[in-house]
Amino acid sequence: MDFSLNDEQRQIQETVHDLCLERVEPRAPEIDESGEFPWDIKELFAKHDILAIPFTPEYGGVSGSALTLVIAVEEISKFCVTSSLILSVQSLGSLPIWLAGSETQKRHYLPPLARGEQLAAYALTEPGSGSDAGGMRTRAIKHGNTYVINGSKTFITGGSVADTLVVFARTDQDGDTPARNISAFIVEKTMPGFKVGKLEKKLGIRGSPTAQLFFEDLAVPAANRLGNEGEGFKLAMRVLDHSRPGIAAQALGIAEGAFDLARRYARDRRQFGKPIAEFQGIQFMLADMATQIEAARALTYAAGDALDRQLPEISVSSSMAKLFASDTAMRVTTDAVQILGGYGYLRDFPAERMMRDAKITQIYEGTNEIQRFVIAREVFKEKA
Amino acid sequence: MDLSLTAEQLEIRRLVRDFAEREVKPRAEGIDHADEFPRDLIAKAAQLGLLGMVVPEAYGGAGLDHVAFAIFVEEVARYSASTAGILDVHGSVGTEPIVLFGNEEQKRRWLPDLATGKKLAAFALTEPEAGSDAAHLKTVATRRNGGYVLNGTKIFITNAGEAQLYVVMATTRPGAGAEGISTFLVAGDSPGLKVGPRFKKMGLNGSAIAEVHLEDCAVGETDRLGDEGQGFRIAMRALDSGRIGISAQAIGLAQGALDDAIAYARERKQFGRPIAELQTIQNKIADMTVKVRAARWMTWKAAALCDAGQPFTKDASMAKLFATDAAMDITLDALQVFGGYGYLEDYPMARRVRDAKACQIYEGTNQVQRVVIARELVRA
Repeated sequence: MDFSLNDEQRQIQETVHDLCLERVEPRAPEIDESGEFPWDIKELFAKHDILAIPFTPEYGGVSGSALTLVIAVEEISKFCVTSSLILSVQSLGSLPIWLAGSETQKRHYLPPLARGEQLAAYALTEPGSGSDAGGMRTRAIKHGNTYVINGSKTFITGGSVADTLVVFARTDQDGDTPARNISAFIVEKTMPGFKVGKLEKKLGIRGSPTAQLFFEDLAVPAANRLGNEGEGFKLAMRVLDHSRPGIAAQALGIAEGAFDLARRYARDRRQFGKPIAEFQGIQFMLADMATQIEAARALTYAAGDALDRQLPEISVSSSMAKLFASDTAMRVTTDAVQILGGYGYLRDFPAERMMRDAKITQIYEGTNEIQRFVIAREVFKEKA
Repeated sequence: MDLSLTAEQLEIRRLVRDFAEREVKPRAEGIDHADEFPRDLIAKAAQLGLLGMVVPEAYGGAGLDHVAFAIFVEEVARYSASTAGILDVHGSVGTEPIVLFGNEEQKRRWLPDLATGKKLAAFALTEPEAGSDAAHLKTVATRRNGGYVLNGTKIFITNAGEAQLYVVMATTRPGAGAEGISTFLVAGDSPGLKVGPRFKKMGLNGSAIAEVHLEDCAVGETDRLGDEGQGFRIAMRALDSGRIGISAQAIGLAQGALDDAIAYARERKQFGRPIAELQTIQNKIADMTVKVRAARWMTWKAAALCDAGQPFTKDASMAKLFATDAAMDITLDALQVFGGYGYLEDYPMARRVRDAKACQIYEGTNQVQRVVIARELVRA
């Protein structure tokens, strides 16, 4: 048993860390304040092959290892969660193509994404279909060699900046009954009928655009369907198995960033004639934060490793990592604000931003309530 | 990164799981209710070669690593945490100091008998006035006739009265604190070593825990482990790997409780369906599962670092803190899933709650773990 990173992972970790320390951390407060997508960071990541990490060399990438991606996302998130989402969503949006695409589809769509010339997004959630995909209303109807898609999507991360989107739509003809037959399509933003609605105002991850999307007689070539008709739901679930460790990594990074800040502050801040780090009340908070982070890291790396080794327990280990790491991020960032006291509450310090950013990790890519449901289902299944 | 178990570790798990299910499980309730030291199980474990797991093969041991040791302790603790605790103290803090710090003669004298289970070991650090503040222990070792004479009282000593070897920490320079402490290997039948009555405890019944009195107890120069003044470091190093064992014990308790809760939730019907179908039960089971998994990874990580010869103090403390707090939470939640039945001593749920509490206290209270962790963090 060996928990150490390999040379490639260590090297990527160092590169990403140094780059983010120098270029991303100083931008983080502005990105949060303006709420604008940081195109400069996207260019920076493209230039340094960070956006190529989710892809294997045959499709223009530099790695393709889930664990390596986890480590990169973790490093970026220590400094700026919004920026980490550029990489996470590039992975999320391209995963369906990577998992279910034909060789032609992969060769066409993946290399520009790996080079960072284009951005990807993943469009599954709808107003009436969040945790329950059966409520999907967006519909694709086949006419000859074309599908015509009508409907709308909501909460689409990066939806307004993406060039290539994977859109899920029902391909059954069952009216408003629960969706039974869902398929996935590669959509390009230039296709007529693709419209971006309003961008949401959010508690955190403010520089990451969360868009509504509308499809009005959007015509997509049948050649852009991923896999067979009706395979979309299974694909969506497989994608989430692969992407949840990325959310865990994000949460882990936020927690680590907040912890570092709190530790530094506790050493510098003097009250009653000594650094507050010398008070047991603060020491125990720091010890608990660090221990929770260590537990979250173990689960997150194990989930990445399980994906790389294609173990059968991918689904449950991904859910465990996502659930535990995001709950940890929420607790640790809240405690970090507390250790910084009044200063923690001010916009002048990053602690409050980290706390706002942490909240989303408990919600997206399956709420933590859904993760518990997934885990319990697996547990009761395997012991039967 | 390679998070898979080796063929050898998997083989140990198969062997120990079989032993635990066949031998330990049927005895667990009896050991608890009669508060009976399970000599029979210790002997059977010895026959399987499980008493000298981390002892090198050259000294009659199995020469295995700490991941394998953690697996061993966990599997036994799934059914009987007190039996696991006896085996853990023997194999870890009782034996490892000799493996790590013993000279050739001491190794030849003690390790083969400890590894084969002919002798059982105990670790004597804690005193009535020196618990978490172990550096200020009062047991004194005075030089006499080319050897030492030990005087003092040790308390909370696991395997007291059953052990044939006591690894005793005593000061050779009273008032010098940690710098004055030395370690001695004291035979159980030494004149002057007396064991008090076994404590009645909340849990860990069957485990012999008592006071050990040293009254003009004479030992030779050759019975000193390491140098004079090295004892505190020896004790702390022993406790570092000891914490891997305590973590594993806690994980075994938690996993056993979780397994029973899952089985019960599937069978127990209320409102016309198994309670496993109620979301409140599902949520509990999910959270329990995640905590056990995280605790196990942390424990194996500390063990793997220890085996790789890397620093692991912080990792072992974090694993101990997390795993034992998790065991307390999980055994209580599992009892709750059983409802009124969980409160009855007819089921193992109540016993596990009683046993889990000890894990938060011994081999360094969880408050001491936080002190250790915070010290490492502030230093970093």
